Amino acid sequence: MASNTDVSERQRSAQQRLRIIAGHLQKREENEHTALSAQECKAETSKSNAAKVPKRRQEVMKWNGWGYSDSRFFFNKKGQAEFTGKRYRLSGLILPSLKDWFEGTFGANLQHKTPATASLNVSAVPPPNLNEVFVEELKAAGVALSTDPEDRVFRSHGHCLHEIFALREGRIGRIPDLVVWPSCHDDVVKIVELACKHSVCLIPYGGGTSVSSALECPPEETRSIVSVDTSQMNRILWIDEKNLTAHVEAGIIGQDLERQLNESGYCTGHEPDSMEFSSLGGWVATRASGMKKNIYGNIEDLVVHIKMVTPRGVIEKSCQGPRMSTGPDIHHFIMGSEGTLGVVTEVTMKIRPVPEYQKYGSIVFPNFQQGVACLREVAKQRCAPASIRLMDNEQFQFGHALKPQVSSIFTSFLDGLKKFYITKFKGFDPHHLCVATLLFEGDREKVLQHEKQVYDIAAKFGGLAAGEDNGQRGYMLTFVIAYLRDLGMDYYVIGESFETSVPWDRVLDLCRNVKERIVRECKERGVQFPPLSTCRVTQTYDAGACVYFYFAFNYRGLSDPIHVYEQVEHAAREEILANAGSLSHHHGVGKLRKEWMRETVSSVGLGMLKSVKDYLDPNNIFGNRNLL
Amino acid sequence: MERLLREHTLKSEPENVFDILEERRRGSDISHALRTFSAQPYRGATPLSVSALNRMVQESQYLRYVISEIAVESGEPHECVKEEAVSILEEMSQNLQLSFIRLMGFALTKVFKRLFSSIRVNEDGLARLQQAIQEHPVILMPNHRSYIDFLVLSYIMFTYDLSIPVIAAGIPLMGMSLIGEILRRSGAFFIRRAIGSDKLYWAVLSEYVRTIVRTGFAPLEFYVEGLRSRTLKSLKPKLGMMQMVLEPFFKGEVYDITLVPISISYDRVLEESLLAHELLGVPKPRETTRGLLKARRVLEENYGCMHVYFGKPVSVRELAKGRIHRGQYNLIPRDLLLKLSVELQEFVSDVAHLLVQLQERDLVLSPWTLMALILLQNPDGVEWNTFTHKTLRLRTLAAQLGARIDWPAQLLDSEVMLSSMALHHSVAHFENGHVRLVEEAGPGPVTQEEAVFRRASAVLMCASYRNQALHVFTRPALVAVAMTSAPSYSKDDVFSRFCFLQDLLANEFIFMPGHAAQDFEEGCSGLLRCGALSICDHGLRVIEEEQDTIVFLSAVLKPFIETYQIVFRVLCEETFQTFTEKRFVPDVRAAIMKLFLSGEVRSYECLSSDTQKNALSALVRMGAVSKSRVAEQFEYRVNHSAVRRIWDTLDGSVTSKVPLYSRL
Ligand SMILES: Cc1cc2nc3c(=O)[nH]c(=O)nc-3n(C[C@H](O)[C@H](O)[C@H](O)COP(=O)(O)OP(=O)(O)OC[C@H]3O[C@@H](n4cnc5c(N)ncnc54)[C@H](O)[C@@H]3O)c2cc1C
Repeated sequence: MASNTDVSERQRSAQQRLRIIAGHLQKREENEHTALSAQECKAETSKSNAAKVPKRRQEVMKWNGWGYSDSRFFFNKKGQAEFTGKRYRLSGLILPSLKDWFEGTFGANLQHKTPATASLNVSAVPPPNLNEVFVEELKAAGVALSTDPEDRVFRSHGHCLHEIFALREGRIGRIPDLVVWPSCHDDVVKIVELACKHSVCLIPYGGGTSVSSALECPPEETRSIVSVDTSQMNRILWIDEKNLTAHVEAGIIGQDLERQLNESGYCTGHEPDSMEFSSLGGWVATRASGMKKNIYGNIEDLVVHIKMVTPRGVIEKSCQGPRMSTGPDIHHFIMGSEGTLGVVTEVTMKIRPVPEYQKYGSIVFPNFQQGVACLREVAKQRCAPASIRLMDNEQFQFGHALKPQVSSIFTSFLDGLKKFYITKFKGFDPHHLCVATLLFEGDREKVLQHEKQVYDIAAKFGGLAAGEDNGQRGYMLTFVIAYLRDLGMDYYVIGESFETSVPWDRVLDLCRNVKERIVRECKERGVQFPPLSTCRVTQTYDAGACVYFYFAFNYRGLSDPIHVYEQVEHAAREEILANAGSLSHHHGVGKLRKEWMRETVSSVGLGMLKSVKDYLDPNNIFGNRNLL
Repeated sequence: MERLLREHTLKSEPENVFDILEERRRGSDISHALRTFSAQPYRGATPLSVSALNRMVQESQYLRYVISEIAVESGEPHECVKEEAVSILEEMSQNLQLSFIRLMGFALTKVFKRLFSSIRVNEDGLARLQQAIQEHPVILMPNHRSYIDFLVLSYIMFTYDLSIPVIAAGIPLMGMSLIGEILRRSGAFFIRRAIGSDKLYWAVLSEYVRTIVRTGFAPLEFYVEGLRSRTLKSLKPKLGMMQMVLEPFFKGEVYDITLVPISISYDRVLEESLLAHELLGVPKPRETTRGLLKARRVLEENYGCMHVYFGKPVSVRELAKGRIHRGQYNLIPRDLLLKLSVELQEFVSDVAHLLVQLQERDLVLSPWTLMALILLQNPDGVEWNTFTHKTLRLRTLAAQLGARIDWPAQLLDSEVMLSSMALHHSVAHFENGHVRLVEEAGPGPVTQEEAVFRRASAVLMCASYRNQALHVFTRPALVAVAMTSAPSYSKDDVFSRFCFLQDLLANEFIFMPGHAAQDFEEGCSGLLRCGALSICDHGLRVIEEEQDTIVFLSAVLKPFIETYQIVFRVLCEETFQTFTEKRFVPDVRAAIMKLFLSGEVRSYECLSSDTQKNALSALVRMGAVSKSRVAEQFEYRVNHSAVRRIWDTLDGSVTSKVPLYSRL
C-alpha cells in the first residue's frame, strides 16, 4: 500500500515536473506517422505509445530553421511580435516590447525584410550518388531507407548559422545520397558491415542539433554518403530499479526519454537545452552537458555502459561495475568521438527518482563581477543548486524584451523588479545589474535549507533575491530563444551562440575580452551597427565555469555576411583560447573548430586519437571528418 | 611597429595648434581653478577610492605569494614582511584629490603665465586622447626635459575635462617636504631609484602599477626615459615600468592598453645653465624645496613657448598582433612571481623604444634648435647673413626629413631668427654683424682650466638645444658617415659600416634593437628625399650637386664620434686598466683636460660626461670593457687591445673620401 501511494505520489510529482520543466510542451499532438520499418527488432519495450520522431521529420519540423513547424516568431501587422502554435507557454502570446528591443539593439527595421525561400526546390537537389549493390543488400536485409530529396536535405546539416542561412537562400551543397533508419542494434551491425563491404561512407544522425558542422557532408567525399538516422531506435529496453539504471536505445530523444522515465517515476536529469530534439547517441558522441549537471552530472557521469558498432566490430564492456581500473576507460574514446568511429546503439544510464520538490529562484547583483564572485563562492562551498546561471546585463535587458502582453508569471524582469527597485535595489544601476537564475531540486526541506544557504552567500556579494517567477521564466525562455534566430534572419539579423570552459580566475577577463573582441571585429569588418555581444555563466565546477556567448548583428550593407560572421566567430575563438578558455565545453569540435585541435590536445594527443581512428576505421567508413 | 613608424614619417599633416594660455590671460585664474570638472572616464573602470585601491594592492594574491616567499627566504616572520610591504605602499602611493588639482591649477596658471609666452597644444591630439580615455586604460608617456613639465599634463587635462592622471615620480621629489605632499595629492606616486634588486619593493610597485592599469583607476603617466634628460636628447628607455604597465595586457586582464606618446619641447629650457653644469660634472643641487625657491630668479626670465604635442594613441593589442602569444599564461596562475618570457621581454623593449621614437618624431622644434646646430658648427662665430642662409637651408633639409618645425609663417625669416636670438641672449649674442656664443661671466682672473670649463659650458648649453633636433638627422647622417668611410658604395659595404656605427652609438641615439635594416632603409630614403643620394643596381651614389648635404650630415655626428675617439684614446692609457664607476667621470675629465691644454683636443663637446659614459657603455656592450660588482660598487676592467680594435675601426670609418670638416 505504502509503495502504491509512493508510486502515485511519484507520478503526480512527475506530472507536475513535466508541466514545469518540459512545461513548454502545452499540448502534445499525438503523432500518427508510424514508422514503416519492415522488420521489428525483437526487444522488450517498456510500454509507451507517446509520440516519437517520425521518419519524415520535415512534416513536423522546419526544414530550414529551428524546431517545430507550427512554432515561430513573427511580427504581426501592428508590428508586435507573436509566437505561434500551442506547444509552448509563449505560444499564441504577443510580445509587445520585442520590436523595440530588436530595432534598438540591432538597428534593424521591420520594413527591411529578408524572407527565406518558402519551400525546398527539389529540382535544385543533386541526384543521389548511389552504390546500387549496397542499396540492394540493405533492402534485402530489411532496413528502411529513402533517397527522397527532402529526407536527404534534412539530414545534411546541423544548426550552425551558415548551414541554416544557406538553406534559407535555397542553396544546397553536398548532401547524403541515402538515408537509412535502423530500428535496432542488429540493423546497425548490418549497415556497417555492408558499408565496409561496399566502401560507402556513413554519417550517424541523431537529433540533428549539432552546432559544430559535425553533420555536414565533406564536399570532397566521392563515395556514396549514407546518413544513418537513429531516430527509430528509440526504446527504453529495460529499467533496473535495484541499481537505478535504464538501458536505452541511442536514438531516443531527450524529451521522450524523460517523459517515458517519468511515467515510471524516474528521470535521468540530463537536460541539455536542445533536449526536445537531441538524442542520447548524440549526447554520447559529443560529450553533452545538461543544465542540471550539478545534481545528475554530465553525460560522462551518467553513462554506465555503451555499445557501439564500429567497422572493427562491436565495442562494449563486460559488466556494469560503477567504476573500474582497467586501463584507460574505453568509454572515453567513444564519448566525444563525434560519429567518427562508429554508431552508438545502446546505452545504460543512471536514473533517479523524480525529485519531490522543485523551486526556482533568482538573484539580482549590482554588476557582473559581483555575480561571478558569488558563483565562485557557491562552487567553493560546493552548494550549487541543480542549476545556477548568471546572465550579463545585456541578457537581463533582453529578458525584458520577451515579456508577453498578458500573463501573470510573465511579468517582465524589469516590472517584477520595479517594486523591489524602489524599496530594495536603490543604487543598482539598471545598466550594470545582472541576474542569476536558480533551480533547486530535492526533498522539500532540503531544498528550502539549500535555498537559504545560497541566498546567504549571494547577500555577501550584494545579491538580492528577486523572486521565483524571474527564475522560472529564465529557464523557460531557454527553449524559445532558439526560435528567435529565425525571426532575426527574416530581418537582416544573423547570430549564433558558442561556449567555452575556463578557470575561475579568468572568467571575468575572458567574458570582457571576448565580448569586446566581437564588437571590435564587427566594426573593423564593416558591420554598420554595434552587434549584440553578450554572455552568461551557465555551469559551475570546482575549478572553473562554463561560459556561453550570444553574438548577433545586423548585416545590411555587407556583401558576404556569413563570411564576416565566420571571421568574427573565428576571432572570438582565438580570443577565448588566448584567455585560457577551452576549445569547447560541450558543443564539440566537429569541423568548425578542427583547426585548433592540435594546439588544444598537443601533437602527441592528436596522434593518439588518430591511431584509435586508424585501428577502428582504417578505411574511414565513418567519414564525416570531424575532430581530426 | 615598422608600419607605425613608417606611417608616421609619411604623415606630418598640419594639425590645429592653439595656445592654452590665451584664455587664461583673458579669464580669471580663480574661476579656472574652480571650474566644474566633468571628465568622461574609462568606461570599463571600476570606481575606486584611493584607499580601496591600496587595499586591493595589499590584499592581492600576487603580494601574498611574494610575501610568503620572502618570509621563507629571509627567515623573517611573515608579519614583518607584510608590514614592510604596507609601509612601502604607503610611501609610494598617490592620493589624488581634485581639490589639489584645483589648487595646483591656480598656482600653475600664475607660473606659466609668467614664464611662457604661450603653451601650444595640438587640439586634435586632445580630441584623440579624450576618445582613447573612454575606451581603454590609457598610459601617458611624455618625454621629460624640465621640472616644469611635471604637472603640465595634469593641468591641461584638468582644463579640458580629461581624467586627471596619476604620475610616477622619483623619490627625490617626495623628499621635498611640502611639495612632496602637494604632488602626492596631485596624483604623483613615488618610486625609489635602483629597485631592481629589492624583491619586495619591486613586487609592491609592480602590483600597484598593474592594479591602476587593470582597474582603469586613472590614466597613468610615466617617463619611459626614466629621468629628465640632461642633454635634451632622448634617453634609452627604461624597461621596468614599461613592463609593469604592459603586463595586464599580456595576462588578458584588460582588453587593450592605449599608449599615448607626448612630446614636450621648449623654446627655452628653465634649467639650461644647470644642464651644462651637470654635464661637466659639477654636482647637481639636491631637489630640495629650498633649492626650488632659490630658483625664483628663474621666474623673472622669459622662456618663450612650451610645446605639448599629444601623439596618436598606440594600441598595445595592435602592436602585439601576431607577435606575442597571450596563451602562455594558460597553464600557470597569473599571480605567481614569474620572469617574463624572452618573447615578452623583447616586446616590452621594442614598445619602449617605439614610444621614444614616436615622441621624437612629434617633437615640435623651434627655430632656435636649428640655429644652435649651425652655431656649434661655427665655434668662432658666424656672420649674420651666412648664419641666416645656413639656417634656412637647414630648415629645408629638416623639413624634408620630416621634422615638425614651429617657424612662424607670418613673420620675416630674419625677424624669426632675431627674436630667437633675443630669447636666447644667455647663449648667443649678436655683435658687429657676427653671432657668437656667450661665455658665462665669472669673477676675476681665471685659470686655464676654468676658461676651458666656461667655454665648454657655453658650448654644451648650445648643444643641448641642437640635441632636440638630432633625431631628425640621425639615420641619414649615419648613412652619410658610413658612405664616407665604407670601402665601396655597394649597399652591403655601406650597410655593414652603418651597423658598426649604429651599434657603437646605440646609447647615444634611440634605435630599436634588431631593426638595423629598417633604420638603414629609413636613412637612405631620407637622403633620397633630399636629393643627396640615388640608388642603382650596384649601390648608392652621391649626387654631385648635393655633396654638401652628405658632408653636412656627417658633421652632425662629428662631435659624438670625436668624443668616442678621445674616450677610447684615454682608456687605452695605462692608468685606465681598472677603475671604479665613481672614478670614471672625474678621471676621464682630467685626462681630457690635459689633452685640451696641450692643444690635442679642441672640441668642447668632448667634455660632456654624458657622451663619455655612453662611450663606456658602448665598450661594455661590445665586450671591450668588462663590468663587475666589487664590494658595493661597479668596477670596470679595460681590455686595451679590444678597445684599440674598435677605435681603429672607428678611425677607419672617419678617415674619409670626402672631407668631414666642410660645413653646410
Ligand atoms: C538550441 C540548441 C541548444 C543546445 N544546447 C545544448 C546543451 O545544453 N548542452 C549540450 O551539450 N549541447 C547542446 N547543444 C548542442 C547539441 O544539441 C548537442 O551536441 C547534442 O548532443 C547533439 O545531439 P544530436 O542527437 O542532435 O546529434 P546530431 O546533431 O545528430 O549529431 C552530432 C554528432 O554526433 C554524431 N552522432 C549522433 N548520433 C550518434 C550515434 N548514435 N552514434 C555515433 N555518433 C552519433 C553525429 O555524427 C554528429 O557528428 C545545443 C544545440 C542547439 C541547437
